[in-house]
Amino acid sequence: MSHSSHLLDVQQLKTYFYLFDGVARAVDDVSFYLDRGEVLGVVGESGCGKSVTAQSIMRLIPDPPGRILSGRITFDGLDLVQLSMEQMRGIRGKRIAMIFQEPMTSLNPVFTVGDQVAEMFRLHEHCSRHESLERAVEMLARVQVPAPEKRVHEYPHQLSGGMRQRVMIAMALACQPQILIADEPTTALDVTVQAQILDLMTRLKHEIDTAIMMITHDLGVIAEMARRVVVMYAGKVVEEADTASIFNHPRHPYTRGLLKSMPRIGDRAEKKRRRLSEIQGMVPGLLALPEGCRFHPRCPDAMAVCRRQLPALELLEPHHKVRCWLYLSA
Amino acid sequence: MATYIAKRLIQGLVVLLGVSMICFIIFRYMGDPVLTMAGKYATFQEREEVRRALGLDKPTYVQYARFIWNAAHGNFGKSYISRVPALGLILERFPATFELATTATLLAFLMGVGLGVLVALKPRAWQNRLIMAGSLGGISMPTFLIGILLIMIFAVYAGVLPPFGRGQTVTIGFWRTGLLTVDGWKHLIMPAVTLATFQLAVLLRLTRAGMREVLTEDYIKTAWAKGLPPLKVIFKHALRNVLIPVVTVAGLQFGEVIAYSIVTETIFQWPGMGNLILTSIFESDQPVVVTYIMLAAFMIISINTIVDILYAILNPKIRYA
Repeated sequence: MSHSSHLLDVQQLKTYFYLFDGVARAVDDVSFYLDRGEVLGVVGESGCGKSVTAQSIMRLIPDPPGRILSGRITFDGLDLVQLSMEQMRGIRGKRIAMIFQEPMTSLNPVFTVGDQVAEMFRLHEHCSRHESLERAVEMLARVQVPAPEKRVHEYPHQLSGGMRQRVMIAMALACQPQILIADEPTTALDVTVQAQILDLMTRLKHEIDTAIMMITHDLGVIAEMARRVVVMYAGKVVEEADTASIFNHPRHPYTRGLLKSMPRIGDRAEKKRRRLSEIQGMVPGLLALPEGCRFHPRCPDAMAVCRRQLPALELLEPHHKVRCWLYLSA
Repeated sequence: MATYIAKRLIQGLVVLLGVSMICFIIFRYMGDPVLTMAGKYATFQEREEVRRALGLDKPTYVQYARFIWNAAHGNFGKSYISRVPALGLILERFPATFELATTATLLAFLMGVGLGVLVALKPRAWQNRLIMAGSLGGISMPTFLIGILLIMIFAVYAGVLPPFGRGQTVTIGFWRTGLLTVDGWKHLIMPAVTLATFQLAVLLRLTRAGMREVLTEDYIKTAWAKGLPPLKVIFKHALRNVLIPVVTVAGLQFGEVIAYSIVTETIFQWPGMGNLILTSIFESDQPVVVTYIMLAAFMIISINTIVDILYAILNPKIRYA
């Protein structure tokens, strides 16, 4: 696999946090790639290292306590891990943009939303104050904020959660980035608003040809948007495949567990009453990761070897990788 | 915004009325003004005459109404000692105190916020640990000790700064200023530093705490993700949020510094209001004391109102409340 063919190529990324109680291996040897214009889903429960991966790509890991220990993040021929902070600032926002989970707290409460969107044009395209505000109005119109020429002068607290997330999207897409990292963009929103935001993102993705890395724990969002899926568990990639394979033939017991715990509309009417299954136990703390396969304490199919040795991420069939002893001969 | 300001003004008036009541009680019941005015050896008739002349034979509420009426017209009576209107006596001293307080507050605000930001950014650096330890000293050391130490070092040992007084002043209209002469500034430095030390330490710690908290907020992460340079993130996106509580405290402190610079003024023999009030208390000069209290209350309330308005400008959430 040649590196240059992908828009973004993350290889053997390790991001650790050096805490008072020990070392948290939040992202441990993670590799994946993102192609031009595609939507990649990154799935896992909370605390699996999805957000840390995203923040590592943006080089937003607070140091101390965090540090990108090793690995390469190749973007357009550049290794982002090696860039200086100044070089990185030319990429952040302009070529790789990010939106966050909490629209309620992600906008600065003391500046108008217009100001905050316009700042992108002033910063990256050196527009005048007046011109950048005009373009902010245009941008708000594109994300379907009603009465944008009035809204630009309002403060975040005057907008609803859905509107704020639209403003965040407007801000992120202002400079037409090549990659948009969306860290749980719909988790904090109402279901109906979630659908609107996802629609909006899909539409804008085509308009400005942005690749999206969609981080979520909601498999519904993945089914809706993503072409390929990376499943993460406790800082490791456990499965990677195209969306259809993930939903139709999930291989890793964790992926299967996630799918089983997803409610399906109509299930109860069609079949007999069935309880939603859950994955037993919790994601292990990053300071006390189990030996061997990190999922084995919760795994229904755990074998003796799982307790001793970490399986490798192996190609099972074309475009389908799994990290599980069930499919490997030890 | 207009209703917001109107509300603040009404609140201020209510507080001022409360203070006036306390002042009236001091005026009327702390020591007998008749005795002071008529003298120890006056006869009963003479005393009654003075009582009538002062209106003290009228019912209390009439006396109070008259007190308010006079106060509203700037008439607080004459000083028992110097026999001139109390208000004039105090206003004459006002510029000295105001200049001292303003310099001290500006010094405290600029240095406090500046150092607070610096310390918040690199909390583990040894220089910053030193600054934090110093600020703890600034909070716990009494003002008079700082003043005396400064005099000892810079006036007695080094001999570079004058230990007392205001130095050369220039009069513009009614305002006597020491800010236009080098000598005036030399005299101002030590008292201003003394008065500023505590405020500086408080503002520094407040800014540091606020900055540490704000820097972990989501919107700061957004600011970094936008690709903004550190100066913009810290001084535009973070500091404006940090300043909201800091400005409130700085404003309150300014009022306090004007009204209660008594200790500092006494140490440096600064010819300001604090110095005057201390003398007046010793001499039971009630009109001066009462005028001073009313004036101090008026100033603190005015400053508070201004701070509230500033607060609304800084914090958009307040404006629409």
